[in-house]
Amino acid sequence: MPADTSITSQLNSLRTGPDERGHFGIHGGRFVAETLMPLMLELEKAYNHAKTDPQFQEELDYYLRHYVGRPSPLWHAKRLSETLGGAQIYLKREELNHTGSHKLNNVMGQILLARRMGKTRIVAETGAGQHGVATATVCALFGLECEIYMGATDVERQKPNVFRMHLLGAKVHPVTAGAGTLKDAMNEAMRDWVANVENTYFLVGTVAGPHPYPAMVRDFQSIIGTEAREQIQEQTGRLPDAVIAAIGGGSNAMGIFHPFLDDADVPLYGVEAAGLGLDSGKTAASIARGKPGVLHGNRTYLLQDDHGQITEAHSISAGLDYPGIGPEHSWLNDIGRVNYVSATDQQALEAFQTLTRLEGIIPALESAHAVAHAIVMAPTMKKDQTIIVNLSGRGDKDVPTVAAHLGVKL
Amino acid sequence: MSRIKACFDRLKKEGRGALLPYLEAFDPDRETSLALLRQMPEAGADLIEVGVPFSDPSADGPTIQLAAQRGLKAGATLKGVLDLIHEFRKENDHTPIILMGYYNPIDRYGVERFCKDARAADVDGLIVVDLPPEESEELAPYARAEGLDMITLTAPTTPDDRLKAILKDASGFVYYVSITGITGTRSATEDQLKAAMTRLKAATDLPVVAGFGISTPEQARIASRISDGAVVASAIIKDMAATYDEHGHATAKSLPTALDKIRSLAKAVRG
Ligand SMILES: Cc1ncc(COP(=O)(O)O)c(C=O)c1O
Repeated sequence: MPADTSITSQLNSLRTGPDERGHFGIHGGRFVAETLMPLMLELEKAYNHAKTDPQFQEELDYYLRHYVGRPSPLWHAKRLSETLGGAQIYLKREELNHTGSHKLNNVMGQILLARRMGKTRIVAETGAGQHGVATATVCALFGLECEIYMGATDVERQKPNVFRMHLLGAKVHPVTAGAGTLKDAMNEAMRDWVANVENTYFLVGTVAGPHPYPAMVRDFQSIIGTEAREQIQEQTGRLPDAVIAAIGGGSNAMGIFHPFLDDADVPLYGVEAAGLGLDSGKTAASIARGKPGVLHGNRTYLLQDDHGQITEAHSISAGLDYPGIGPEHSWLNDIGRVNYVSATDQQALEAFQTLTRLEGIIPALESAHAVAHAIVMAPTMKKDQTIIVNLSGRGDKDVPTVAAHLGVKL
Repeated sequence: MSRIKACFDRLKKEGRGALLPYLEAFDPDRETSLALLRQMPEAGADLIEVGVPFSDPSADGPTIQLAAQRGLKAGATLKGVLDLIHEFRKENDHTPIILMGYYNPIDRYGVERFCKDARAADVDGLIVVDLPPEESEELAPYARAEGLDMITLTAPTTPDDRLKAILKDASGFVYYVSITGITGTRSATEDQLKAAMTRLKAATDLPVVAGFGISTPEQARIASRISDGAVVASAIIKDMAATYDEHGHATAKSLPTALDKIRSLAKAVRG
């Protein structure tokens, strides 16, 4: 990633984390079994090498431009803004990327790395199936074997994506352990990886997991914020008054936040999935209702009981249905740089419909959580203020779920 | 002298390796696992590994995953597991007990308080699967202060220079995860195990035990000769779980089945 070399940013920057052992404050780290530890060290070395290799960057730029379809537009959502009667809302159109979400930014970076490392088999976890589809896509592109782990519940509620993965030649393994959602898929992908370490690359889909994944995925996703920061200044002549993104593991949010972290005057909002409500016991809001703990290779805020057992998350959106959050977010919460708020299933459903009707853009239910918070915030702001919402994905995959909630039989 | 050291010293004199059976605490209920724990030494367990159930055992295969789920359903907590061992100690003061589990329940309990309570319950060693040497300073100083051995895990993927580094401060014994994989799936060959022991013995003077993928008496016999001990987990749990009724509850056959399995393993190790 292009390093920010200005002197101020180097001296007093929030963008230099993690430390050399992968810690963001008390969060992050490398909590993995010994079998995997040497692999983490190897991956870190390979990534550090690639990061500073102009040839790697050139190759990535080529694929991002000609295959993913970057840069993505920043769209001034005028009808939505007018209807809400406050701040001007700009949508960062990550749903226009190939495969329909921000996920491909990261997947493209990691697949090029996996190829450099000589790996021939790819495993990945997926929740909504967007990361699985993106991974299956690049495996088709480069002719690599692809195994996707997906919770059985998610397989059921994201059928279109499961079929897309099949078409792309991936093998989809439904995981029945636990509630059959993203957490369980992550466990199973780790089990596959540990059993196939010689030829297999674990392509993590969000800014979580053991170091260096959180930093690496953030770096690959930061293109979102780098573009958006330029685009908003081009269009409005100044930086935005708020940036909003939905949080599952936190990769689209980290991607858009990171280039703004040192802009102290730009408030950042991460929207967790409240599910049926923060205190309903059916929520996925790890920062609002979790405590720091260790799962899937890192310390971070986790939904857990008093005995340290991880509890099931709930969200209408499969991609946010995870009891943890990336460690850099946990740190940004602790130091107060990012405001972590939440939106319920119901708010997301309403935002889904509002955006569709007013802008002709059907958002993913994940992204609808970010839109929902913009709907709350915009009316409290002035008309000459601006908000950027990260529209992380398109909602075609969610049409069956939304229809079911609206009582429509397809 | 610690129970672990005394145990390996004695076995060395006897000229044989150790059998380390594993049981998942509270699987399928507290009474059954306490009864099993109490009868294991007599059936031939030299040291015992007690699994602490965790919701997300990402290094374990289906057999131990299910055992952990049953244990949690039966109300297992870290505190409850310590109480179990405390009760076991009322009748047995010599068999070393090693707690094996994942870090989050310990982290939540509070590492300092946990190490104090583990000592009070007369636990001898800790294996924390997801706490590699890079992170173990969170727990190791407190464990050391309470005289608990932090058992270091090594794997086929651990390179020689790393072996030396991570075994420098190891105590108790060294656990060799003999396959790249999860528990209860595949097994290492005799040659692989021999090659690994040569590497390990060059890096440590501590006893080295082999685990993961040892299920038959013959495999236990071979592993305990090549190394200093064989850990058997999934094979015992699987046999025992096959005796549970349709609700996953223990039956009259459960305890005898597990103990028979341990006896046949012990016979092979001693044979
Ligand atoms: C469109 C979309 N947005 C957001 C997410 C949540 O992931 P993250 O928080 O890593 O961006 C997902 C995950 O599946 C997704 O598909």
